[in-house]
Amino acid sequence: MFEYAPAPESRSVVDIKPSYGLFIDGAFVDPADGGSFKSINPASEEVLSEVAEGGPQDVDRAVRAARKAYEKVWGPMPGRDRAKYLYRIARIIQERSRELAVLESLDNGKPIKESRDVDLPLAAAHFFYYAGWADKLNHAGFGANPRPLGVAAQVIPWNFPLLMLAWKIAPALAAGNTVVLKPAETTPLTALLFAEICQQAELPAGVVNIVTGAGETGRALVEHDGVDKVAFTGSTDVGRAIARAVAGSRKKLTLELGGKAANIVFDDAPVDQAVEGIVNGIFFNQGHVCCAGSRLLVQESVAEQVLESLKRRMAQLRVGDPLDKNTDIGAINSAAQLARIRELTEAGAAEGAQQWSPSCELPERGFWFAPTIFTGVTQAHRIAREEIFGPVLSVLTFRTPAEAVEKANNTPYGLSAGIWTEKGSRILWTADRLRAGVVWANTFNKFDPTSPFGGYKESGYGREGGRHGLEAYLNV
Amino acid sequence: MSERIAVRKTYKLFIGGKFPRSESGRSYLVQSANVSLASRKDARDAVVAARAAVKGWAGATAYNRGQILYRVAEMLEGRREQFMALGVPADEVDAATDRWVWYAGWSDKLPQVYGGANPVAGPYFNLSAPEPTGVVAVVAPETPALLGLVSVIAPAIVTGNTVVVAASPTAPLAAVTLAEVLATSDLPGGVVNILTGRLSETVPTLAAHMDVNAIDLTGVTDPELAADLEVKAAENLKRVLRPVPVDHDWSADPGLGRMTALLETKTVWHPKGV
Amino acid sequence: MTATATSAHSELTELGRSETALRTFLHGLPGVDQVGAEQRAAQLGTRSIKTTAKAQAIDLAIRMVDLTTLEGADTPGKVRALAAKALRPDPADPSCPHVGAVCVYPSMVPYAAEVLRGSGRAAGGTAPHLASVATAFPSGQAPLEVKLADTRAAVEAGADEIDMVINRGAFLAGRYREVYDEIVAIKEACGGDDAGRQGRPRAHLKVILETGELGTYDNVRRASWLAMLAGGDFIKTSTGKVPVAATLPVTLVMLEAVRDFRAATGRQVGVKPAGGIKTTKDAIKYLVMVNETVGPDWLDPDWFRFGASSLLNDLLMQRTKLTTGVYAGPDYFTLD
Repeated sequence: MFEYAPAPESRSVVDIKPSYGLFIDGAFVDPADGGSFKSINPASEEVLSEVAEGGPQDVDRAVRAARKAYEKVWGPMPGRDRAKYLYRIARIIQERSRELAVLESLDNGKPIKESRDVDLPLAAAHFFYYAGWADKLNHAGFGANPRPLGVAAQVIPWNFPLLMLAWKIAPALAAGNTVVLKPAETTPLTALLFAEICQQAELPAGVVNIVTGAGETGRALVEHDGVDKVAFTGSTDVGRAIARAVAGSRKKLTLELGGKAANIVFDDAPVDQAVEGIVNGIFFNQGHVCCAGSRLLVQESVAEQVLESLKRRMAQLRVGDPLDKNTDIGAINSAAQLARIRELTEAGAAEGAQQWSPSCELPERGFWFAPTIFTGVTQAHRIAREEIFGPVLSVLTFRTPAEAVEKANNTPYGLSAGIWTEKGSRILWTADRLRAGVVWANTFNKFDPTSPFGGYKESGYGREGGRHGLEAYLNV
Repeated sequence: MSERIAVRKTYKLFIGGKFPRSESGRSYLVQSANVSLASRKDARDAVVAARAAVKGWAGATAYNRGQILYRVAEMLEGRREQFMALGVPADEVDAATDRWVWYAGWSDKLPQVYGGANPVAGPYFNLSAPEPTGVVAVVAPETPALLGLVSVIAPAIVTGNTVVVAASPTAPLAAVTLAEVLATSDLPGGVVNILTGRLSETVPTLAAHMDVNAIDLTGVTDPELAADLEVKAAENLKRVLRPVPVDHDWSADPGLGRMTALLETKTVWHPKGV
Repeated sequence: MTATATSAHSELTELGRSETALRTFLHGLPGVDQVGAEQRAAQLGTRSIKTTAKAQAIDLAIRMVDLTTLEGADTPGKVRALAAKALRPDPADPSCPHVGAVCVYPSMVPYAAEVLRGSGRAAGGTAPHLASVATAFPSGQAPLEVKLADTRAAVEAGADEIDMVINRGAFLAGRYREVYDEIVAIKEACGGDDAGRQGRPRAHLKVILETGELGTYDNVRRASWLAMLAGGDFIKTSTGKVPVAATLPVTLVMLEAVRDFRAATGRQVGVKPAGGIKTTKDAIKYLVMVNETVGPDWLDPDWFRFGASSLLNDLLMQRTKLTTGVYAGPDYFTLD
């Protein structure tokens, strides 16, 4: 046997302060009522830092700061100058990428190889891409002289904390808006380090404000009268509540919500790459991915072979210390999320589906869930309909392409989908019929700042990324 | 010689390419005519008809949709006098005809303008293309009765959506007459469905309907009703077009916004390899 | 071998009798997506192998090296020196294992045999195998009779492993039967299967696919199956004589082929990437790939080899670094 020795990334590259205030108007400040909460490392349950909890007064202060910065500084600033600040931020993220990657893995539980090779490069690329748009908005296809909206309220999830921040802040600032961003309560630390990066870039005060807190803080932010734009990424239930909250207002809304993507494997698929795609589709980032390929639809004639290969491949997955460079699957982000995954998998087993996991030792402390597949799943099972947001794959079979498409679309969600076949015309036929905003053919979970991302149906509306991503932040 | 007794027209609903009366058997007197008073059930029937038409209409070629919209303009041009007899000014009929022509041309151009190749950092073909969102509920503006109506229907259907339109309650005759134009323009049944009657009866049903993908609140003038409809629409996260001010200038260049608001962008990735 | 696998094996062996059956089978293998295969290989390349795992990997890699010299300028002296190094790669450290094999031209086999089978070998100890390229290496462009004679001569001279090249021209032209028959014939010239004819030594047959000339991973997979169906004991990437030699993704596709072939037939076939593998870091990436693609059954010199010349010195330098904690330099290792 070839046992890999532990290869831990050093955590000394990042200096975590014992406590953090709110980042408002260019400075870290104490919250009005002095509340705070702890952010922990989900892999060890160790407290990483004490973070301020923003209340309505703090939100109001942040929105006012953003308004002032919008009216006095950022709105009137020529696009080419806004671009330079964004380029600066992109560069600082690249320069401090190791520090950010380690912090992300500590706070979120994701494997260091993912934060290092995916989250950080993409976050920097996003700023770099949108920086270039800041002085080219007249040529973006939205008519001459499109105007920014004003103050954007942005609420982001815990699965890709810094990357989601980049997806929100970069286009907003490029278009000339100022922002108040609320990171998720379990993963606020990279956003706070980003606040320091804004200071280092000498970004004018008030252009970016970070208000940490939980759901109530987010609610106060999206409901604030001084906000012109609301952008949210998270669960469909919260998205629905936000859509109700902004009803009848002037606030422009974009939502990037849940998903239950079908990953369709046809009998002529490049099978080894398909198996990689299935694994990447559901186990990437512990399955904490809104576009995860959580429903495997495999053609009956190859189902047995594909499942056998999939199980063999799953046995190679290394679950454990997120800071170990060889870890493939890290910790579940929180106790609450772990409970949700357990509840749904128990429902799957109770409803008669067959559960399988490779044998793997899970650490004693922290929140862990072994990579799991369910076979014998039907469309009626809860695990085939509800978003689990964990490393759990439901396997269904189909007989014909038409049946595959019908099953794939038989969900209120419509964020992403996968197609595996060597036949070009079948890819295009299938892609045309799938009701999903992103279709990966013979690949999965690929992201790029130039490529629009977002859902159909209850997966939300609006697109992030690309030229389309600007539209959410312009008065068009 | 006595004067000829005129043959009056019965103004009915337009659902699934047919002209049924309201299933409720009700009508209301408006513009000196008895006009069908659509019920909640009529609204639901219209959604069923619109949904059934999506596959064929969205799946038709852009060229085909463009030709059909142009055909609508041709038919409308031929009925100029008829609309003028309903009190629609001649220049409004002309503007409405021209609007069909303008939108007809977008069918095979919008995907080029609004989609395209994305230069991703990797060995991938990556293409974004707009697709229709599906069934759209539309509240037509109260006035101008014809140009306003055309200005909300044409941008919704040119890209492949189907619509259920709540016509102006105070000036529905132009809407029913437009339905006759549509019925003779090779437009497949169900692509446009027109309900006449009270907004308070039909529109909340449409806003709450879980098989409607988007709602255009253009003609809603009461802000509280608009907010309530938007709340209902949130239940299945309908795409929402908010009301426009009553003094909106319908003769101005419409821009792309009414089309793009009712589109989804689908992005397809594929590796490039040998 | 299970009963099912045995019958599958004989069914698959039948394929070689018909050009049509062979073509249908090879073209029916699942495709390989280039981008996906390359990404998987690159991902495996990011594994971090440190400390004890690295020491283990280095010793294993040394045991897997086919220490090779295939130059027109090879002489008996050069080959003897190489064979001596193969036996004792690090004369200063008796704990250092010997390499897997020495790989030379047929005319050089007797000189290598002198050293490997002679007095230099430690009493009772094992010794590297002796591999010879054959079959008009590297082009393969010679009449079959010449190739067979070439092979027999190498085996008679003491080679217990034969590295043959397939006829790429025939393969690319779709004449699979011709390629198949040639491999079968060379295998026969090697002494056939274990129950070989009396008095004739049996040599293992490594089939070089020359993947750099095959153009696509689909062809690599087909050529791998063709070589295995025809009886090859090992499949090998390259001659080292064309611009593109072994790569991680090509090796990945070949590993998937031997894995699938064993699942279908019960017979295990070895894999040998050759050419261009120069550093310990490269070698460890291959070992990680073997470990995670086909598993520990192949993590053995009987089933995985590196065809390389300069790799050994880098492995030795890294080995010294791990034991002494100090980076060595090329002056401290023999140049052979």
